[in-house]
Amino acid sequence: MSLTDLTIAEASAKLRAREISAVELTTAHNEAVAALNPRLNAYITTTPEQALEQAKAADASIAAGTATPLTGIPLAIKDLFCTEGVRTTAASKILDPFIPPYESTVTAQLKAAGAVFLGKANLDEFAMGSSNITSGYGPVENPWKRNGSDAKLVPGGSSGGSAAAVAARIAMGATGTDTGGSIRQPAAFTGLTGIKPTYGRCSRYGIIAFASSLDQAGPLARTTEDCAILLQAMSGFDPRDSTSAERHVPDFRAAISRGVKGRRIGIPAEYRMDGISAEIDALWQQGITWLRKAGAEIIDISLPHTKYGLPVYYIVAPAEASSNLARYDGVRFGARVDGEDLIDMYERTRAAGFGAEVKRRIMIGTYVLSAGYYDAYYLKAQKIRALILRDFTEAFGKVDAILTPATPSAAFGLGEKMDDPVTMYLNDVFTVPSNLAGIPAMSVPAGLSSEGLPLGLQIIGRHFDEETVFSVAAAIERAANFTTKPAIIAGAK
Amino acid sequence: MGYMLEGSTGAWEIVVGLEVHAQVISESKLFSGASATYGGAPNAHVSFIDAGFPGMLPVINRECVAQAVRTGLGLNAQINLHSRFDRKNYFYADLPNGYQISQFAHPIVGTGTVEIELQDGTIKHIGITRLHLEQDAGKSMHDQHPAKSVIDLNRAGVGLMEIVSEPDIRSPEEAGAYLRKIRQIVRYLGTCDGNMEEGSMRADVNVSVRKPGEEFRTRCEIKNVNSVRFVMHAVEAEAQRQIEVWESGGTVTQETRLYDPARGETRSMRSKEDAHDYRYFPEPDLLPLVLDENWVADLKAKLPELPDDKRKRFCAQYGITFYDAGVLTADQLTADFYETVAKNRDARLSCNWITGDFFAALNRKSATIETSPVSAAALGELIDLITDQTINGRIAKDVFEDMVETGKMPAAIVEEKGLRQVTDTGAIDAAVAAILAANPDKVAEYKSGKDKLFGFFVGQVMKAMQGKGNPALVNEVIKKQLS
Amino acid sequence: MVLPAQKPKANLMSLDSAAIRRIAKLARIRVDDSEVATLQSELNAILGYVEQLNEVDVTGIEPLSGGAQMAMRLRDDAVTDGNIANQILANAPDRSDNFFAVPKVVE
Repeated sequence: MSLTDLTIAEASAKLRAREISAVELTTAHNEAVAALNPRLNAYITTTPEQALEQAKAADASIAAGTATPLTGIPLAIKDLFCTEGVRTTAASKILDPFIPPYESTVTAQLKAAGAVFLGKANLDEFAMGSSNITSGYGPVENPWKRNGSDAKLVPGGSSGGSAAAVAARIAMGATGTDTGGSIRQPAAFTGLTGIKPTYGRCSRYGIIAFASSLDQAGPLARTTEDCAILLQAMSGFDPRDSTSAERHVPDFRAAISRGVKGRRIGIPAEYRMDGISAEIDALWQQGITWLRKAGAEIIDISLPHTKYGLPVYYIVAPAEASSNLARYDGVRFGARVDGEDLIDMYERTRAAGFGAEVKRRIMIGTYVLSAGYYDAYYLKAQKIRALILRDFTEAFGKVDAILTPATPSAAFGLGEKMDDPVTMYLNDVFTVPSNLAGIPAMSVPAGLSSEGLPLGLQIIGRHFDEETVFSVAAAIERAANFTTKPAIIAGAK
Repeated sequence: MGYMLEGSTGAWEIVVGLEVHAQVISESKLFSGASATYGGAPNAHVSFIDAGFPGMLPVINRECVAQAVRTGLGLNAQINLHSRFDRKNYFYADLPNGYQISQFAHPIVGTGTVEIELQDGTIKHIGITRLHLEQDAGKSMHDQHPAKSVIDLNRAGVGLMEIVSEPDIRSPEEAGAYLRKIRQIVRYLGTCDGNMEEGSMRADVNVSVRKPGEEFRTRCEIKNVNSVRFVMHAVEAEAQRQIEVWESGGTVTQETRLYDPARGETRSMRSKEDAHDYRYFPEPDLLPLVLDENWVADLKAKLPELPDDKRKRFCAQYGITFYDAGVLTADQLTADFYETVAKNRDARLSCNWITGDFFAALNRKSATIETSPVSAAALGELIDLITDQTINGRIAKDVFEDMVETGKMPAAIVEEKGLRQVTDTGAIDAAVAAILAANPDKVAEYKSGKDKLFGFFVGQVMKAMQGKGNPALVNEVIKKQLS
Repeated sequence: MVLPAQKPKANLMSLDSAAIRRIAKLARIRVDDSEVATLQSELNAILGYVEQLNEVDVTGIEPLSGGAQMAMRLRDDAVTDGNIANQILANAPDRSDNFFAVPKVVE
């Protein structure tokens, strides 16, 4: 088995048993990145030398007996996390020259755990998108292909680069962020596991903000166990983030083997939407059967305001984004386009630096907050958001976790779903409600479409109950036994 | 009838509300750990949070919250245990985030009231609408470079308390009195140094005019006025301008203006067409601010005595006039100085000395209480010397001048210069007799009814005694010898 | 439940080109004449999509802001940051000594 095929758990065991060295592992990945990234474009910036330095330090740590489960593990870091001294762009031309003089808390914690950073993964610009095509640095190719087709597919988004890298085995795991589904949807499109933890579980300090009340960092990996290992290191209270939860971080990895005996699993009627493919519905049924066989009790529930999640999201997220992105003005950092006066400079800088989707969302956001429209749009949306949370709160009085499809379709082709912005937005219909409610949700690969593309199931849990989410996801993982690999993969002949 | 301005169509009433921005005294800024101290090399007191860098987040400073609560208590205002921060969105070079974190819908302090005293002694109550916390902006300078403006973010993020008054103010004098009162309160409380020249306290002045009995008409806002005097002038100038507009058949449009002290008039601020669409929404990077009742009660219990209370106490405790008490309590340091001097001494005498010779000396020397050449202890000793009759009032004045110049203690000066008061009746008898003998014609004039000459005799005797005669005794002896 | 419709419904809050320009001005993004029409139809499509929220009765509902609804933690008042002028200015597109420089502003 090639080094790049190992899971994090497997690699970690081998490293600590001294069967392999961190330098070997990182070198194999650096080579894999060099070979495949020109095609996949999963990374905006690669950092092979820094990675080797980190690998050397990891070997020293292993020798000294101070290794953690992540020591020496090569990761892709979504280019939304500020990494000190390493260019961070948010996939936007407006941040093309930006070199952060500080480190995000999440990546600092991963570094402290001894992880190795292979580079900065591509994403939709400012995390706004579901396909990675809005990136200012080019789209990302999904390493998966439809049976008998050479058509390029999208990896999903916004964490498209992170997903493609892990799926193609040019990273063992990756960090992503999830605001409306940006970890779970690309994970589902690329046959990976990905979790958006409870809002406040991971610190947002140093993560370039898109929608502050929705953004959460989380891992993408090839197994639920790997996700648990990563999330463990990424989580924790941070006094530098006022929305960070002062909560003990439980042992996520221990939850993997817990099983689902006696657990109550909710199946929400409203997620059964007309227009969703029959095979996705069938997969959902399959998931229900698996859980029942594993000892879970299946309960029908209702989440009446589900369908309003997307429109609420497309008011609240752009509103917050329009304000969060006001700082990109060419004054203190980033790219600048000169102008006749200050206002002209602002206008030209932002027009040149932001892509079309970002501009659209800034403008929608500006509009819904503007005088006379705040009550009708933003305030109303936040009230419906409260109703969406209430739906979940009531449901969690009857069940311990909720099972739904992760996405309404498998990965689509580059250039598809481009008729109008809304078509693209519909990708997030299943994922958005959990962001609005702030509850944890995970996507786990459960099967293949008729065209041979991965399909995922989503598990949603109570606030701060990632353990139950992991245990249910792991049960699905065991039952699904998803071992298919994508067409484009490191080491493939 | 209150203060009125005469226009061509009759009398007009001025309606004024003040929004005072008071910089919070604290070590670090409202939402970051950078220094909140005034000055500093350009961009030295700046953290990445203040500079609005990507991924940076605000974390609130407890002391700033406490200072706002203290100030609210000093304004007799309602403390809101639940309040919230909002973003006020606009673009400007000195606003790194492109928004200011402020409080719009739910401020930390609600309604209150402040007492002001006018020249003629009238007391008026001005309502406080609210007080909220917000970030100060950085500074842009437009004269450092020919083609560029330069920005220093040292001030960006420093905590500000915005104190909003009800539109209860009706004259330039009231505006001045109100502003001085606010300044006095925050200085007493130690929540703001009230230094308008340095910009740690600024006022936005909302002015409108109306015919008596009318509803409010449109108002204009005059921004960033940085002295009490300018506030009073700006009120007058703006009111006149508006009256002229109305009387010429025009309409006053709501706008933001600046006061130009050189011209003594207000002018419209350029641009800012849609500057008023601030798109307020709740700050998503912060949680609701919830104050513990006990914490607030503790702050209240530890609050320093407020100026109005201190003034009333001084009257009652020291038996001085309300007016004098006002002078002595104008600021905390002066009040403390007085109490140190007055302790176990003649309170009224202490008061007269401080408000008279002492203040005059400070003025002359361009000194303040803090840099005073004469300490409270020294002045107290001088008053002791007067009280125990060691020196008389006349000599005391000379001793005081000496103290001011040399910094020496009064007892030492009296000894060195031999200024002890003469109370020896024999010596006084002799001196009086000599003067009366030397001025027989004046004695005759006095005895025939010219009473005013008594003062002449007193003056002459004192001169002969080099001022050291005990005035009461001198008077007594002269009276006796003239009868 | 039907998957949300994609065609923009006719709605009362449609944006005209003047509105597009006004929003662009507020957002400080320069919009050329050639872009206005496209933006207009795209933004109206989005607004048409969110119109369905009017179906929901929100009487008596308090708006939700963040997930956790806890009360804010307060920080001790101490100087723990700053004195990094060089780092603050290191990424500046235009710098004048230790100041940020921008085109001259006239007030």
